[in-house]
Order: sequence, then C-alpha cells, then structure tokens
Amino acid sequence: MSALFQFNGGVKPATHKARSAQTPIDTAPLPTLLVVPLHQSIGSQPRPLVRAGEHVKKGQRIGAADKWLSSAVHAPTSGKVLAVEERVAAHPSGLSALSIVIAPDGKDEWIELEPFDPATLPPERVREILRDAGVVGLGGAVFPSHVKTEAAKTRALEALVINGAECEPFMTCDDRLMRERAEGIARGVAIFRDLLRPRRVLVGIEDNKPEAIAAMLSAVEAIGEDFTVVPVPTRYPAGGAKQLIRVLTGKEIPADRRSPEMGAQCFNVATAYTAWRAVAFGEPVISRIVTLTGNVERAGNWEIRLGTPLREILPLMRPKADTNRYIMGGPMMGFELPSLEAPIVKASNCIIAGSPSLFPPPAPEMPCIRCGACARACPHELQPFELYWFARARNFGKTQEYKLFDCIECGGCSYVCPARIPLVQYFRFAKSEIWSRERDKASADAAKARFERRQAREARERAEKAERLAKASERKAAPASTAPNDAAPDETEAARKAAIAAAIERARVQREGVQAGNTGDPDATRREEVAGAGIGQCRAVDAPDAGQDSRREGQ
Amino acid sequence: MLTAILIMALGAVILGAALGYASIRFRVEGNPLVEKIEAILPQTQCGQCGYPGCKPYAKAIAEGEAEINRCPPGGQEGVVKLADLLGREVEPLDVEERPRQVAFIDERSCIGCTLCLQACPVEAIIGAAKQMHTVAAALCTGCELCVTPCPVECIRMEPVREKIDGWKWKYPVFEITPSKRAA
Repeated sequence: MSALFQFNGGVKPATHKARSAQTPIDTAPLPTLLVVPLHQSIGSQPRPLVRAGEHVKKGQRIGAADKWLSSAVHAPTSGKVLAVEERVAAHPSGLSALSIVIAPDGKDEWIELEPFDPATLPPERVREILRDAGVVGLGGAVFPSHVKTEAAKTRALEALVINGAECEPFMTCDDRLMRERAEGIARGVAIFRDLLRPRRVLVGIEDNKPEAIAAMLSAVEAIGEDFTVVPVPTRYPAGGAKQLIRVLTGKEIPADRRSPEMGAQCFNVATAYTAWRAVAFGEPVISRIVTLTGNVERAGNWEIRLGTPLREILPLMRPKADTNRYIMGGPMMGFELPSLEAPIVKASNCIIAGSPSLFPPPAPEMPCIRCGACARACPHELQPFELYWFARARNFGKTQEYKLFDCIECGGCSYVCPARIPLVQYFRFAKSEIWSRERDKASADAAKARFERRQAREARERAEKAERLAKASERKAAPASTAPNDAAPDETEAARKAAIAAAIERARVQREGVQAGNTGDPDATRREEVAGAGIGQCRAVDAPDAGQDSRREGQ
Repeated sequence: MLTAILIMALGAVILGAALGYASIRFRVEGNPLVEKIEAILPQTQCGQCGYPGCKPYAKAIAEGEAEINRCPPGGQEGVVKLADLLGREVEPLDVEERPRQVAFIDERSCIGCTLCLQACPVEAIIGAAKQMHTVAAALCTGCELCVTPCPVECIRMEPVREKIDGWKWKYPVFEITPSKRAA
C-alpha cells in the first residue's frame, strides 16, 4: 500500500455523527402522496411516460432518459398518477419543477423484474441498464453513472476511486450503508470495475468510521476481489471527489478537465450499491438512504422512497418544538428546503432540522482584513479573498482568471473567515451570473445568425423576383419583335388588339357614366348622402386595398 | 556622409517594404470596432434604437453618429460596456429598462395571416398562411415587432418566468437591523 497524499487546507468542524449512526437503517412507511420530480440528475430532463389517471406499478419507468446525458425516473410504489404538473422542488430557489404526483394504492406491487448476471452482459448493455434504472451519483452531485463509466473508451484508467469518506458533519447514510450492505457495495464496485477496467480499485473511507472500514474489508474479502480499502484522515472536505482522488492517487483534477482524462474516476458507495441492485436484481432506483438528524427527538437513517414530501417524514424524525428550518445536504454545502412539500430526491442524502440554537443566525459581515485564513483552508489552493473581492465588484472576468470554477463550494473558507464573510455565497452568485451571461451570449449569437440568414434570404428572393419580372417583360417584348418572322400568330394578334381596343372603349364609357353621376345636377337626397359620407368614404377611396381598410375599422 | 544617407535610405526601403507586406498580409476586412460593438449589443434586432437592426446601430456608434444609450434591451449594463470600449462617458439609458419578455400568440384568435411571421427579425415564429402560428419561446428575443402588425391583436408580451435551469444565486445582501438597547 503506497503512502497517502494530502490536499491543502481543509477544516475540522464538529462531526455530530454519533447520534444518527447508532441505529440500523429503517424503512420509512408508505407515504400518502408521492411527488416525483422528473429532473433528478445532471443532464436533460427525462420525458414523462405517464399521464394523469394512469395506474403505475412499483418500479415502472415514469420518465425516460431523453438523451445520453440523462437518467430515467421510476414510480416508487404502485398507485394512480394524479397529475403531471409543476410542483415545488427540492431546490434553493423554491421554484417548481415538472413532477409526477402519485397516490399510492397501498399494494406496493412490483413490476416484473429482470435480473441479469453482470458478468455475462456486454458493457453497452450494462450502461443501458444503468441509464434506464436511473442510477446516478448518490453522493449529492447526481451525475448519471452510465456516462461516467464511458471513460474507458478514450484512455486506460489508472485508478477507480470509491468514495465512502462522507466528510460532511451530521451525515451517516453512507456509513450505515457500508456497515449493513457492504457486500452489495463491493459487488456494485465490481460492475464499475468491469466497465472501466482500471489498474486498481481504491475504496476511501474516513478513519472516523472504523466499523464501516471493517465491514468493507470483510466484504471485499468475502467476494474474493482485490479492492484496496484505504482509511483516509478525517478532514473536511476529504469526501469531495477531487479531494479523495488527490488523497488516494496524488492526481489533481483541474476545473476544465474531467477526472478520467487524468486517469481516475470516482463513484460513491451508495451509487455502487444501486448499480448492483439495478443489474443483478433489475431494481431501479426508487428509494435512497437518508440521514434524518439535527434538532430532532429521533436521529437515524431511513430508506425513504424518492418523492416522499418532507412533511411525511417529519413523524419519523420528530423535530423539536423550536425547529425553524430544514436543511437538505450537510451543514457545509446544503441548502434550506423552501417548503415542507419539497420531496426527497436522489440528491437528498441528509435532512437536518435546524433551530436558532443549533445553527445560530450568521453574525454580521465585517470587512475583509486579508488575513489569508481562507486561502490556507481552501482545498483547491485558491485565494478566496481575491475571488471575493472580484465577485463582490461583479468583475467576472477577473474571478475566472483567479480560477473561480475550480471552487467546489465546500464552504471551508466561509467556515474559517474571522470577518464572517459568506464567501461561498459570493462565489455561487458569480458562477451562476457567468453561466447566465454565457447562455445569453449564445442565444444572442444564434439570434444574429438567424437574422442574417433571413436578410440573405430576403435579398435573394428580391433578386429572384426582379429576375423573374425582367424575364417576363422580355417574353412580352419578344413576341412583338419576333412577330414578323412568325406568320401564324398574325390573326390572333389582330384579335387581341381589337379586344384591347374594346376594353379601353368600355372603360371610357364606364368612366363617363360615373362622371355623369357626380357632375350632373344631384337631387336633395343625393346631396345629403355626399355631405354625410365624410372622411370614411375619402379613406375608402384613398386606400388601395378596401378589404384591409374595413378590417382595420372593424376593430 | 554618403554612407550614412545610403544606410538611412536602405533602412527606409526595408521598413517600407515590411510595412507594405504587413498591410497586405494582415489586412482587416471591415471595421473591427463595429464588430466589437455588435458583440456587446443584445442582437434582438428590435429597432428600438431607431436603426434597422443591431449592426446598423453598431455602425452608427462606430462612426460617432449615434449615442450609446439607445439600446433598451441591452440595459444600463450594455451602456457601461459600450462606454468602456469606446472611452465615452457612461450615460443613463434614454428609456426605462424592462424585464426580458417573450411574445405569446393566443392560438384561439390567430387567423394565420403571416403578418407577424414577416415582422419577426429572428425567425422565432412558426406558421404558414391560414395555419395557426406560434412563438418558439426559446428563440424569441422579446423585440415586440410582431405585436403591432397582428390584425386581430392576439399577440401579447409576457415576462420570462424564472426556471430552475436558468436560476441564478442572488447577490448576497444582508439585512441591517438596529441592535436593541437595554434601556
């Protein structure tokens, strides 16, 4: 076993893990209503496959992966689809997202499951199974796993890193999963190993979880694999994918490269477990282990169906009376859930009940004294104080020069800042502002391209029309000049001339008739009519297209 | 004396040749300033500046004929960027800034006259003669040019609704509350 590497900085917040790690994973009861958001992973939103009124079975696909970078979603239980509509999402914005609302029928009836032996399947088929079973990164980033297993196509992978570090305070869902279902995790890791063919497989677990380390070691031994289980020093954010890769392999992943390009790939332990269930049992991802903790009477880990609204899980955790908010994710990187109706999704690894005493309101922000504590804490060796300055001044070009996009928003800098500046909030603001500008720029460029194409087309059409007219007049002129050569049309020519003369004569007579009507001596009613006609009639005479005119007046 | 003159003359000839070559080799077609200005403009092609599109306005700015504060969709931020680029004074926008909008066609009233189709500068309206029209919201720049031509007034402008995908973290703002005095 080679020596471990280190990452810069990091912090050691109080872990608060002991409370929720004591009891085994329990299964949450069937909720009365499920709100399953379609978009639960990175990538494009899945297409809804069901309509209101339809009956679905447990595990039935209700949203199909739309493109390759997308992942399916499934009905967490059997029941009736009440609606496919916008419902409040588990997102800091409090905005709503397209969700499938299911009323469970209580039977919890599975679809017919299709188990496979992972060893017998071709890699492409395994990736398809992972995509259609909705297997995504359950550490919280929810990146579709089938896409991550494609790395092997371009470059031989040196190390497959399995992330069991779980560095966020309060969170124990991976810890409990490793203690109780270690064999499933190890078999899932084997599936990823077969897809990626790395030189070695490293399972990184923070050394504050000795039971999990022991369980993983014996599971790896039991199934006869050569994975290395490595205890890593407990230091936040050792569980960040980039940090764990750095600690285990010494490789540093820059923001603009993906880790497989550097020869490493990282999966969460819970992801490996769901991958194994998906392939070997045909079970899609319809539930996940969630740590319920914080200001509660009963802390613990529960297997909760995706789509269960927060309101329905409150009886499980029994929040104390002074609870004023619920945080999804850990205290360092999580966000406050906008409503009790927000559902559990694939990214919900932990729900923390917060109270003013547990998380005191932030002290007022004070001026930056450039002490550099944030730079010492930054695991990516950035200079948060400089980034803060530029983000605050909305100088986004400079923030990018100072590698804003290398920031993983771990919150270490905000944690150590003596001036209590919420640095990460500034970085998130700057990042989303830059993305939004890039989107605007792209759509402006596309609009310009369409405008220019349109102008070119109009110019071409004008030119073609002019050409057509020129040709037509040429054709008109041509018979006149060619007439002497052609004897036959002589008679028709004469006939046409006569017809034209007759038409001119008719028009003249008509004109004279009209003039007679106006110029002749009008009687009394006629005079009134003329006087009363007013402007309307004048306009009718002026406008070349009388039909259009009447339409305008009709409004 | 003569040598000195010869050396200077030779130098002039060599440098002149180099400059002449460079002017052919690195020739820039068009005015690069116009392109830089156009890159800042929002490409709505709405004509609210009084010019028929963003490029003519960019040309007018480059030639010093137009003020830089005539582009409402670009907003005050656009004015600041233009001022930065051109070294001019930042002026307040000459009209009120409005949130981004998209056109919406009430499909029940649409008679399929194609007038809006012809008015749309960025081809964001889909339809054909005597067929119902609709706006591709993602392509619409909110220029409002389709609103007036509609003979049945079935087009209205709607503010763009915030979606999770394009949602932005807000600039951190902290409420200042007076501390309670123990009196």
